[in-house]
Amino acid sequence: MNEKLRMSIIYTVLSVFGLVMIVPFIWMISTALMTQSEFNKHESTFIPKEEYHVWDDGSVKQKVLFVMDKGDISIVHLLDKDGKIVEEYKEAPRSQVTKVKKVPSFHWANFLKAFKKVPFGIYFANTLYVSFISLIGVLITSMLAAYAFARMEFIGRDFFFYLFLSMMMVPEPIYLISSYVLLDKINWLDTYQALIVPWCVNIFTIFLFRQHFKSLPQELFDAAAIDGCGTFGILWRIMIPLSKPIIATASIFSLIGSWNSFMWPLVMTNRPELRVLQVGLSYFNQEASTQTTLLMAASTFSIVPILILFFMAQKQIIASYAKAGLKD
Amino acid sequence: MLKDEVFWQSMTNTFWLVIIVVPASIVFSLLFAVMLNQIKRLKGLFRTVYFMPFVTSLVAVSIVWKIMFNEQTGLMNTMIGWVGIEPQKWLSEARGIFDIFFSGFGITLPKWAGGPSQALFAIIIMTVWKGLGYNTIIYLAGLQNISKVYYEAAEIDGASKLKQFFRITLPLVSPTTFYVLIMTTIVSFQAFAQIYLMTDKGGPLNTTKLIVYYIYEKGFDTMDMGYASAVALALFILILGLTVLQKRLEKHVNY
Repeated sequence: MNEKLRMSIIYTVLSVFGLVMIVPFIWMISTALMTQSEFNKHESTFIPKEEYHVWDDGSVKQKVLFVMDKGDISIVHLLDKDGKIVEEYKEAPRSQVTKVKKVPSFHWANFLKAFKKVPFGIYFANTLYVSFISLIGVLITSMLAAYAFARMEFIGRDFFFYLFLSMMMVPEPIYLISSYVLLDKINWLDTYQALIVPWCVNIFTIFLFRQHFKSLPQELFDAAAIDGCGTFGILWRIMIPLSKPIIATASIFSLIGSWNSFMWPLVMTNRPELRVLQVGLSYFNQEASTQTTLLMAASTFSIVPILILFFMAQKQIIASYAKAGLKD
Repeated sequence: MLKDEVFWQSMTNTFWLVIIVVPASIVFSLLFAVMLNQIKRLKGLFRTVYFMPFVTSLVAVSIVWKIMFNEQTGLMNTMIGWVGIEPQKWLSEARGIFDIFFSGFGITLPKWAGGPSQALFAIIIMTVWKGLGYNTIIYLAGLQNISKVYYEAAEIDGASKLKQFFRITLPLVSPTTFYVLIMTTIVSFQAFAQIYLMTDKGGPLNTTKLIVYYIYEKGFDTMDMGYASAVALALFILILGLTVLQKRLEKHVNY
């Protein structure tokens, strides 16, 4: 097969599937910008449009009149041929409306409406709080544990390490019930601790740091020890500055993980003021199941922060996932 | 538990999901990765687009897909309408997909051969879409580890691109395939949020009730913690068994 033809087939296939991957997002945003009645009438698919009644003004050929129904008042816009508003009248003569035209119109107010409908502000704040505290926790515990596993000698070190690793293979739904019972016993259900403390340890991150610490040359540690550096000094002055890429990777996993975590907070908390974003969104899904446009608006703003993070650091994020996958 | 019909039904549903999601994911992501590996321009853009569903929250995309599968106003029925397929009921259809397919030709299948319900099939489509980007990235990394020397040698020997794919790429990327196989299997067994958000408690007629949703329902709706733990343990043994089995298999196939 000719090379040029092959390449164009590849690009075509990739573009078609790329479109398939992205269409749900495009549709989400365009639906979020429609009015509910427009969505229910199922008239436009991707570009939100509203019906305008066009009245051709016989004397001025370039100008058309648009009548817009806003509830019980009808507003008439006198437009030039580019569609810019030249004049505006209220209470237009409806009898002279002759044609119907569809014009794109975006209802940005849906976002505000959805945001105000349930306390999404609190949900965002909770999610940020939980995400950042657990991120700090994960970094501290992982570096300490990884240092011990990588650089210290103690009885049962490898045994404990492999015990940890094997626990990583246990999926969340399996330990969900027992964790619930445990948190119930220590009266932590329905508290911030329940959302934060169990996620302050991440075995995979320990594993990442341990592999990295092991790869650093022994001379570094010897030199530091000779210069009178203690264990914490070594960790603080040598390990951390040398671990920036791992810290970035671990932070990405931790932030994306806690931003998107759903089952755990759903089960462990009940009070509305403790709801994190995903849980709040799922309740909104039940309460506003018929208000499609608002649901789409809420879905949009709940994924925007993580998408911003993704677009800002996409190379790093994709590389982190790829590397982490290969390390297993 | 072993006499509980709903337990067995959710097990069957979960098996259908895993059995379709895993191969579909592997085939599509390998295809994408092989194509991405051959292009230079726009590579980053495609990678980003494919990866986007993976980083977004399952809750938000479940809501979007639920509305996409809506019978009257959903995008799915609009799009299949463009190619002349009549509107489907998707998430509210309890009939099996094989049943629906063959009834189109006037053949009535026996009940056991109906396959997963169309509702579950809708969940399957969404689940494949969500995880595809991750697997593609993993495959892409795996492909980049294959030395160019093999392809150059094959080129000199006059092997076609298709032959190169089956004789070089596929065998040499098999460690990645095993990783993707194991990870996708484990993750698919855990599907929960889709069911919680897109269906009415695993309906219609329990045809989308998956095992983890059943654990949740038993444990936190009917508050039967003991029973839920038993189901969780069964799931654990199953996942562990499958992982061990796949690892064993890996040793036989690896190059």
